[in-house]
Amino acid sequence: MSALSGNAAATPAVALRGVHATYTERGLRVEALHDVNLTVARGEFVSVIGPSGCGKSTMLNLIAGIDRPSAGEIAVDGRSAIGHTGLVAHMPQRDLLLPWRTTLQNAVLGPELRGEPDREARALAQLDRFGLEGFADAYPHMLSGGMRQRAAMLRTILLDRDTLLLDEPFGALDALTRGEMQEWLLGIWTELARTVLFVTHDVEEAIFLSDRVYVMSRRGTMKLEVAIDLPRPREREMTTSPSFVEAKRTLLRSLLAETQR
Amino acid sequence: MRGELMSTLRRHLRDFGPALLLIAGLLGLWEVVSRAVEMPDWLLPAPSDIGASFGEAAPLLGPHVAATVTAAAAGYALALVSAIVLAAAIDRWGLARRAIYPLLVTSQTIPTFALAPLLAIWFGFGLLPKVLVVALVCFFPIVVATVGGLRAADKEMLDLVRGMGASDRQLFVKVRLPAAVPSVISGMKIAATYSVIGAVIAEWTGASQGLGLYLLRASNSFQTDQVFAVIAVIALLSIALFGCVELVGRTVAPWTAAKEETAR
Repeated sequence: MSALSGNAAATPAVALRGVHATYTERGLRVEALHDVNLTVARGEFVSVIGPSGCGKSTMLNLIAGIDRPSAGEIAVDGRSAIGHTGLVAHMPQRDLLLPWRTTLQNAVLGPELRGEPDREARALAQLDRFGLEGFADAYPHMLSGGMRQRAAMLRTILLDRDTLLLDEPFGALDALTRGEMQEWLLGIWTELARTVLFVTHDVEEAIFLSDRVYVMSRRGTMKLEVAIDLPRPREREMTTSPSFVEAKRTLLRSLLAETQR
Repeated sequence: MRGELMSTLRRHLRDFGPALLLIAGLLGLWEVVSRAVEMPDWLLPAPSDIGASFGEAAPLLGPHVAATVTAAAAGYALALVSAIVLAAAIDRWGLARRAIYPLLVTSQTIPTFALAPLLAIWFGFGLLPKVLVVALVCFFPIVVATVGGLRAADKEMLDLVRGMGASDRQLFVKVRLPAAVPSVISGMKIAATYSVIGAVIAEWTGASQGLGLYLLRASNSFQTDQVFAVIAVIALLSIALFGCVELVGRTVAPWTAAKEETAR
């Protein structure tokens, strides 16, 4: 392996070093993130769990370049991402489908903004993989919760970025749909070989999907990092395996300490 | 298919039934009272008399209705186009907002009755002054609604699309403008109900044709039944215009119609 390719492989897809973020609410300075350090390697699936309101979404907004940190470094593919939009594909917590656009028109928004030709054909070819076959011309209000999330996911994938930031994409779904969507996401991830930074407050979801899981504390700092020792492809039965249960115990204990504080 | 028709019919009955019943009841009461009290016709004619005189006048009303509708529609169209252009300017430039908005609100305190004769002095008794009165009356509600609508776009939605790399112009065309459509349509509905009244008032101050002129002649000669007949025609025209805007809204913005449906 040459030195160059060795370096490229070593450059993390996402790296945060000493990141602080504050915002003002009704005249009060609130610190959302406190000295956050995090790396996601290329092709890795990393989750961040933590109590609600601990700054997980803030962190994704910083990486996406929508907001700026008050201190620290943020790099995407080794280049500073502070204030730079469009380096990663960000899927916020709400699906935010534009209500005046059909499924297809929503899906092609990214390529449309860049003026790419053939975008509709590309989106159409993906529709059945995203479980949206026959709904190309349906407006968002006609879709079920799961379909809306998949449409938002298709829009995110069609942004053609190597790194996906997914903010609780399945938070609003019922347990059954949620399980199906998790398996479906892993399929897409394997097939497309993307890097994923996934935010959730569901411990089992984080373990089932990820290579590594970070725990974020209430004061907005990374307090724990757990590597998940499970083979790929993941199967549902693994959720009862000893290493799954062990990881769950460690993560739950860490989370519980947060809620009891 | 048949069941679908029945359920649509039932829904319409539920939506419009109560209002129709109330109107019918009030008309019946009016009929009974005016017959019982033996009110003179020039003071308050019974609904049946108004209906009869409407029947007599109907062939004569045609050209007057046409004149009024022409003025109302042309003025409305003029107001719509200029209101949207001005609203976009107000939204784009803070200076424009600070300069124009107070003027716009002040202009609304000037009564149409005072403006109409002025416009007649400046532009004569043709179609133009009527169109201008209608445009002035319809302009304000559309501007205010459009300016509000352009500011109403979901902040997270704007963040998302900006995060995808959209320029300011793309944000305006692809997010803020479509997000404003439901507001624009509500403004257009209010303006639609003003437009016919605006045209009638303008015709009042001087015209060779139009419902306003007809109304003036009828009241000057104490043909009270004719006055009521014209009032009914004006009301029906306004409702028809309102319905047209509603229909256009459903076609242009099908997503809002569906939202109303589920909200019911």
